[in-house]
Amino acid sequence: MTLITRRTLLVTGAGGLLAGCDAIGKSQPGRDILFKAEAVNRSLQRVLTDRNALAREYSDAEMSPRFRSNGTSRPGGEAYRALMAGNFADWRLRVDGLVQRPLSLSLADIRAMPQRVQITRHDCVEGWSAIGKWHGPQLWTLLDLAGLRDAARYLVFHCADTLLGRPYYESIDLIDAFHPQTILAWAMNNRTLPVAHGAPLRLRVERQLGYKHAKYVMRIEAVAALDGIHGGKGGLWEDVSGYEWYGGI
Amino acid sequence: MDKVNAPPSPRAIHRHALTTRIWHWITAVSVIVLLGSGLMILNAHGQLYWGEYGANFDRPWFKLIWLFDSARVPGWLTIPSTYNLALARRWHLFFALVLAFALLAYMIVSLISGHFQSDLRIRARELKAAHLIADAKAHARLEFHDPANPRAYNIFQKMSYAGVIFVALPLAIFTGLAMSPGMNAAWPWLLDVFGGRQSARSIHFIVAMLLAGFIIVHLALVILAGPVNEVRSMITGKWRVPR
Repeated sequence: MTLITRRTLLVTGAGGLLAGCDAIGKSQPGRDILFKAEAVNRSLQRVLTDRNALAREYSDAEMSPRFRSNGTSRPGGEAYRALMAGNFADWRLRVDGLVQRPLSLSLADIRAMPQRVQITRHDCVEGWSAIGKWHGPQLWTLLDLAGLRDAARYLVFHCADTLLGRPYYESIDLIDAFHPQTILAWAMNNRTLPVAHGAPLRLRVERQLGYKHAKYVMRIEAVAALDGIHGGKGGLWEDVSGYEWYGGI
Repeated sequence: MDKVNAPPSPRAIHRHALTTRIWHWITAVSVIVLLGSGLMILNAHGQLYWGEYGANFDRPWFKLIWLFDSARVPGWLTIPSTYNLALARRWHLFFALVLAFALLAYMIVSLISGHFQSDLRIRARELKAAHLIADAKAHARLEFHDPANPRAYNIFQKMSYAGVIFVALPLAIFTGLAMSPGMNAAWPWLLDVFGGRQSARSIHFIVAMLLAGFIIVHLALVILAGPVNEVRSMITGKWRVPR
């Protein structure tokens, strides 16, 4: 008798625990506490490890035979379609915000800059990984050209695609912006960047998860704070679903 | 009258130190939340691979769809109960910190106090076949304690507790860290130790299932050994010696 009662108690207890977790996950105070772990994880990584450490680079033989795409595979919108039809000859990358010299760069300008080639692993927040080769200028060369103002703390990447009816955007801090492996890739696996992977230009920020690697980049804006931009959390997935802004874990 | 309902013997002893009791419950809550949220995270890509990379075009060694037609773990096993990768990650990465630092603190305290050395040390004679067989037979008779020294753990307890504390939990923590792209850059040896990020993810899942198996056996034995007495000993420390 007691055994059955206790087993019932155990099952009810487990069910109650899961229901309780759902309630906590929906309540604002509960979320506030859970979401604090992001800052702890970020600070621990930044304080306890080398913040200039390089992501592992692989050999050609170690590359994924096929590299899947994710998120937007073909942006809608007339403007992007027109650019694509013209092979991105009319596309310009704007670099503005808290900079001394706002830039407007064509693909030819970007290809003429010193380039970095890196074979790295792309880790999606969903759990899968793919290894690919990326080719493009280091972000810091563009930032040097534009001249960041002292007040700049973050770089916001505004994209041509929309997801869930909102424009895609992402942001990183200056530690990642000036990291040597943070590049703006216009080629992938020895070919011009395919549309599904973010043509004509995507961000590679190799020590963070896939959703931070903004595709279809149209504009890079230097800002002092992220509060005023879209939902204020620094990225579309951060705003909409509560993903971590720090995608290093 | 069965054993569970037998009146407790009057002799009570102090069974578990305060640090052990605190650590036990912190870890119990953490592991349950980590298992539930981990299964939800697995739902986001229900395939496991060996090596550095692995995605839809590659060959998995495990697919959730083999177990569940929906290719998702049922909601009564996951945190949250409906699909939400972002929130599952918030739960997981919060309690990962709790689990890891609680284990670290417990290890330091227990090494200093001598708890590990005196209670979990496995002696050579305990590993002799005759001893193992005798102890297995005693388990079958639901006798878990040496009447001459009731406070001592039996060999199966020692092996499973030491296995959880020194092998399974550290493996779960380090394979978890090996999935972090930031940690991969900072500590690339993590990738070498586990044979790549997707291998680390696979090992993380296997260890999680072993821990789930431990919890089931652990709870079954608590019930068989007398749940009130056992649970009380992990709350107040006081434990009545079974007759």
